[in-house]
Amino acid sequence: MNPFLKRMASNPTTSVGVVLCIAIVLAAVLAPYISPFDPLDQHIIDKLKPPSSTYWLGTDTYGRDVLSRVLWGARISLVVSVASISGALLVGGAIGMVSCYIGGRADLYIMQVMDVLLSFPSLILGLIVVALLGPEMINLIFAIGLTAVAPFARIARAPVLSMKERAFVEAGRALGFSHIRVLFVHILPNILSEVLVMATLWMATAVRTEASLSFIGLGVKPPIATWGGMMRDGFDAILDAPWLSVFPGIAILLLVLGLNMVGDGLRDATDPKLAG
Amino acid sequence: MSEAILTVAGLTKHFTVVKGFPRPVKTVVKAVDGVDFTVAAGEAFGLVGESGCGKSTVARAAMRLIEPDGGSVHFAGQDVRAARPRALIALRRRMQIVFQDPYSSLNPRRTIGRTLMEPLEVHGMARGAEARSQAAALMEEVGLPPAALDRYPHEFSGGQRQRIGIARALALQPELIVADEPVSALDVSVQAQVLLLLKELQRRRGLAFVFVSHDLSVIRWFCARVAVMYLGRIVEQGPVAEVFSRPRHPYTVMLRDASPIPDPSRRGVLPRVVGEIPSAAAPPPGCHFHPRCNRATDICRTEYPRFRTEAGHGVACHHPHDAA
Repeated sequence: MNPFLKRMASNPTTSVGVVLCIAIVLAAVLAPYISPFDPLDQHIIDKLKPPSSTYWLGTDTYGRDVLSRVLWGARISLVVSVASISGALLVGGAIGMVSCYIGGRADLYIMQVMDVLLSFPSLILGLIVVALLGPEMINLIFAIGLTAVAPFARIARAPVLSMKERAFVEAGRALGFSHIRVLFVHILPNILSEVLVMATLWMATAVRTEASLSFIGLGVKPPIATWGGMMRDGFDAILDAPWLSVFPGIAILLLVLGLNMVGDGLRDATDPKLAG
Repeated sequence: MSEAILTVAGLTKHFTVVKGFPRPVKTVVKAVDGVDFTVAAGEAFGLVGESGCGKSTVARAAMRLIEPDGGSVHFAGQDVRAARPRALIALRRRMQIVFQDPYSSLNPRRTIGRTLMEPLEVHGMARGAEARSQAAALMEEVGLPPAALDRYPHEFSGGQRQRIGIARALALQPELIVADEPVSALDVSVQAQVLLLLKELQRRRGLAFVFVSHDLSVIRWFCARVAVMYLGRIVEQGPVAEVFSRPRHPYTVMLRDASPIPDPSRRGVLPRVVGEIPSAAAPPPGCHFHPRCNRATDICRTEYPRFRTEAGHGVACHHPHDAA
């Protein structure tokens, strides 16, 4: 087996994280086939039913099946977090790499702009953007992506700083390679693992931000099922029908936990100091 | 002496360091301060000096890997400093560099084959199978099995990596190789092998070398002519045999005596090396060497000596040792 995968698998925490993430991805992909009911179907007669053999996780105030809604809600969480972090990774990563490679004053100014962005708490920044653009999924992705651009610029910059002092980069220049080639063909593969590790950890943050925005009503619009929105809906009845908020809350917890476990495991496995 | 391939005149490179808070202080480090030398086609020219004297900066500035601040560099009659990007790439193809550290000079994520084939492909000299067979030929030329093309740098020893670095420098069929301390990171036994390889390549390909080293014995063996640098300037220059057997600058004398020849019949008392190399940011006034020099007089403390050449052996000193 690949020594990298071996190191990953040898860490039980990482394995748990991988299993959690795979389970949630499967739930999201297979939601149309495995959910017992349509997430939007209202069984008015069975409204606010506690968990039972028919409705495993109970029903909400409109009589919608909570289990089905949790399964479908996974799709929103995953799509929003994957799309926003991919965008932030591409844009922020490119900004950080190019800025650092150019160096000098340009680097100083670009990174200062990034520091300004970084100083906004991600929830506040997301709130401003969604409030301005309206609560559509695409705006949500844009808003959460924007909050992660500056961190990725910082994360990508650090390893480039050390890479560009390596003699093989100078050798590339001496051999007549273009800056683009040196940066993207030679430096990029050497920093990719570090950046991807951070992307996993930031996915967890994106999931939380999406849930928080949905919770305060700035997420994907109802009646579409989102975990944050379900928690908010159930919040008013938390004492009478705790299952409404608790189960989507557990779903968020498991996904964030799983992503963090995988991220930590990846980080440890790529750390050359731990390579045995 | 045959035709000059590299002519460097008045080369300067200053680094500005801004340090301090709240009132930043600007210090100018004259890493290279008016260096002149000429390398003939096929000739091995040595640059020697203590660490920090600017010898590596000279080597890089001559290739414009570091942009020089002043002076001129001509390669085979073309002005390197005035070259536009496209022309510079064409010029760099003809002068290549071998680095000191064989561990950082190869991209750890690329196989040796890709490292050697890439320059050929970028310059449109060969592609695909043709590039691969050329890469294999390069490997054989530096004494490594062509089968190693598919391996990664970490699978090789320091000496082997240095051979790969040399093969990469040779890929574009250069006429001049700048060797920046090419053997100082290697074990002594491996040093000899790599030096022999470079010598063999020089003979077979007619390569000219700018050979940067702090090791006099290496320069003595490898080079035909040598320039001794001290704090960004050349203090003595001439044929290797001349310079090391009859050094005229007190600094060269000190360097030579600090690098004894292992021969019991030439047993002698090792001279004490006086003082440290001063900071290039604040060089002493007058002759930079005077605080460490046993021949220094008042003029040395106020006036930098002019560089005077007699019969191909030049020295910048007010009180040089006698010529032969």
